[in-house]
Amino acid sequence: MTYEPPITDYDYIVENCTCAFCGCNCDDLDYLVKDNHVVAVRHACRLGASKIMEDMDQRLIVPMIRDENGELMEVDWDTALDKAAEYIANSVRPVFYGWSETSTECMKEGVALGEYIGAVLDNQATICHGPSLQAVQNAGYPIQTLGEVQNRADVIAYSGSNAMNSHPRHMARYAVFCRGYFRQRGRFDRTVITMDPKFSDTAKCSDKWIGFEQNGDYGFYNAIRAVLRGKELYQDVISGIPKEDIYELAEEMKAAEFGVLFFGLGLTHTLSKQRNIDIAIKMVQDLNRFSKWGLTPMRGHFNVNGFNIFMAFECGFAFGVDYCRGYPRYMMGETNTIDLLVRKEPDCFMVIAADPGAHFPNGANQHLANIPVIQIDIHWGPSTELADVVLPGSFIGVECAGTSYRMDGVPIYMKKAIDKPETCRDDEWIVRELKERVMKLREEPNTAPKYVPNPNAL
Amino acid sequence: MEYILKNGIVYDPANEINGEKKDVMFKDGIIVDDVSSDAKVLDVTDKIVMPAGIDPHAHVAGPKLVVGRLYRPEDSRRGVTQKTKVLRSESGFSIPSCPATGYRYSRLGYGTVVEAAMPPLEAKHTHELKISKGYGIKIVNPCGSEAWGWGMNVHGVNDKAPYFDVTSKEVIQALAKANEYLNLPHSIHIHPNDLGHPGNVPTTIETMDAVKDIKKSSKATIRDQVMHLCHLQFHSYTGNSWRDAASGAEEIAKYINKNDHITCDVGQVTLDETTTMTADAPMEYDLFKLSGLKWTNKDIECETAAGIIPCIYSGKSPVNSLQWAIGLELFLHIDDPWKVCLTTDHPNAGPYTRYPRIISWLMSNQRRTEMIENREVHKWVEKRTTLPTIDREYDFYDIAVISRSAPARIYGFEDRGQLTPGYRADIAVYDINPNDIDPSRQYAEIEKGFNVADYTIKDGQILVKDKEIVKVKESQNIWVNVKGYEKQEQKVIDDIMPFFTQYYSVKWENYPVHDHYLSNPIRVDVEK
Repeated sequence: MTYEPPITDYDYIVENCTCAFCGCNCDDLDYLVKDNHVVAVRHACRLGASKIMEDMDQRLIVPMIRDENGELMEVDWDTALDKAAEYIANSVRPVFYGWSETSTECMKEGVALGEYIGAVLDNQATICHGPSLQAVQNAGYPIQTLGEVQNRADVIAYSGSNAMNSHPRHMARYAVFCRGYFRQRGRFDRTVITMDPKFSDTAKCSDKWIGFEQNGDYGFYNAIRAVLRGKELYQDVISGIPKEDIYELAEEMKAAEFGVLFFGLGLTHTLSKQRNIDIAIKMVQDLNRFSKWGLTPMRGHFNVNGFNIFMAFECGFAFGVDYCRGYPRYMMGETNTIDLLVRKEPDCFMVIAADPGAHFPNGANQHLANIPVIQIDIHWGPSTELADVVLPGSFIGVECAGTSYRMDGVPIYMKKAIDKPETCRDDEWIVRELKERVMKLREEPNTAPKYVPNPNAL
Repeated sequence: MEYILKNGIVYDPANEINGEKKDVMFKDGIIVDDVSSDAKVLDVTDKIVMPAGIDPHAHVAGPKLVVGRLYRPEDSRRGVTQKTKVLRSESGFSIPSCPATGYRYSRLGYGTVVEAAMPPLEAKHTHELKISKGYGIKIVNPCGSEAWGWGMNVHGVNDKAPYFDVTSKEVIQALAKANEYLNLPHSIHIHPNDLGHPGNVPTTIETMDAVKDIKKSSKATIRDQVMHLCHLQFHSYTGNSWRDAASGAEEIAKYINKNDHITCDVGQVTLDETTTMTADAPMEYDLFKLSGLKWTNKDIECETAAGIIPCIYSGKSPVNSLQWAIGLELFLHIDDPWKVCLTTDHPNAGPYTRYPRIISWLMSNQRRTEMIENREVHKWVEKRTTLPTIDREYDFYDIAVISRSAPARIYGFEDRGQLTPGYRADIAVYDINPNDIDPSRQYAEIEKGFNVADYTIKDGQILVKDKEIVKVKESQNIWVNVKGYEKQEQKVIDDIMPFFTQYYSVKWENYPVHDHYLSNPIRVDVEK
């Protein structure tokens, strides 16, 4: 890293902006603005700062439609919106995927459109923390806000998460280095344990690293639970960890005054998937018999949690919600985006603030290449290459305001700091326009002629 | 637009109208004395007309609700219905989705709901004091939730919170004084310590006694109380453990009958599978240890905590039956219905959609006796409560008091809860002819009649007509704005700012609920 002199050439500062990168949603950023462009960001980590400052890099500026030759051609907004609305209105199984990097206000329009036309609404949880949500539905959800961690926690455990790289300010602002009401000496008052097969950067600055075997998560946590419940371990080595170390760790966790387990995709996406989280949650519940423990999933996008919360609020299910029958349905493995695409069910796909082209498995992307894809995004990405209609949105938290939910469920109003490029539109506006145009093109399908109460609810 | 509700049988306790046959008129959303001959006539001959219901304590929009929905898809599945041209799809039984919650209240003839738990940090989620856009002060398990930060709890009002030299009693007294000093329309709204613990009667009585000498603000003219206790049923147990627990309802009711500074709502157990959720998080962990069902916890920094756990209340269970009976005992032992409100502490003791069933229990001694004799509830009800000995039955006037007029008075509402000219036209009509029904015998008809209103009128707009929702109206938020203390307010903000900056995980600028979140707010200004 080379030394960069501080930026002194700016017009004004916008204070207390919220970072639109990871699930930390740091809301203490100061933007240094010159000529309607953020030239420097104070307090942000490198990830956040570069996203905010390089916002014009590979930026989608004008709406585009793919022509007969397969080339994306620039068109005006009306043409692009009409074309997109036509694709949606003519489809029988549309999927609206993404939403994690846009505002809750935009989701509201999205649900209205999805419910109207009978679409499947899904977000990135389907490929990241979906197993965590499954486990939560199975075992419970003992969480706390990040400020509670800052003020009270004396034992912090990271499992399958390399916070130092993925959520760079997590340790500094919320969990480890910060001073809290009951932890006035900050880092010195806390013990940090990293449980990860990899000796990650987070492990390097921890007090203790437990490098269990790849895919050994379930066995490892199961062993801790057994110890917590007073059982004896018969094997000498479990998941690559000597049993003495497990006894020691269990004692250490029991002795915590306030412990928190942060887990990432390293735990959700190894061999046992949701079962890993299941057992981690149950371990935390067991630990509460001795002291106070909680956990928090390290959510990736700044509003991935927002979509889950918002959907649960609107229809009772967190993600993968299928409205095709006129009422919400949710079934893991059936109504999730990847499963639908692999079964070649969807005949229209709208991706908003996400990049399936980069993240989806090959089989799913193959189907995307064969059906109309509408993209609402701010940057070019592999999904743009799959898209038939491209609608350039605006940058929440920089160019337009909106609500997001932090990884711990705290809602934050992300304010606007600069103007968006003239030819771009707000995501909320785009989805509302699509909704209105679709409503003109097609009568609402799947409505019941009369309200029929559900006998199970009586 | 002018309307006239013709020939209904009106119950409007605030105006002491008890079952009179008369017309109710309203114009442009407001109740009026007289309308022109162009007024549209709605024939409600021999049907019950009441002010629209007011739910004084329910959890419908707080952040923990959504965690409940998030982690209980099995509950969402229970209440799924298909959308229609007017209505969006619904889901959920004990924790209905957001639109379903509104629709079901409308069908019940309710017009106003008070969300009883909103941590200021997450208030944006609830979208409902100048900072957090709330209506009053709610206190939950004072010092107990702080202790829960360390996995502990407090017992009784004289226990100190760990690391803080303050007791629950001091917290309650200080907040009650502040409440009266600010002239807030509602009194302090308290969930006392030791919820759901056998032997908590002394704690409850000490809590009520703690504010006995605090004078009510002279500006808060509508309400009579200085303390409102919520879900009192959970605070009326005697005994030392669930083994020897019994009802303490009579003792609590006696105190309330003797003292006028207290009002309460009941939190009646409805014997359903539901989702309990309370800011009394340590109690929820105790429940988890008992039932082993999936446990959720949500601690909010510097403010509160919350716990959630599914709960299956069953008439076969001795404890649940005891709780069921204690709730009814409270209703029946408290002589003045103006001091008690109809709630289930939705969704804690049961969903609010069960209100009609509770009404049928209150109106029919025969039904209560049947339930006891047919063993629909456990025999603990006979052995450990006084319920079988009570033959009091509520009449329609009493029902109107506990479900409308009393909550309106307790909250100090100046614009709803009565059919007085100038008030909002929030009206419910039920298809029951009070002169041609014996509620004691025909309890099933009573439940059916109150289940779906014939008409629900909100702000003069007909939302439910002939038992069908015909219109959906955007909700409004009521919040209190205290005026005249700007200087003191600035000083308080200056004083807490160093604390806030250091120990909150959000910035002060991002903490308040911006006006952006309030749809059609109703601001209640309170002058110094």
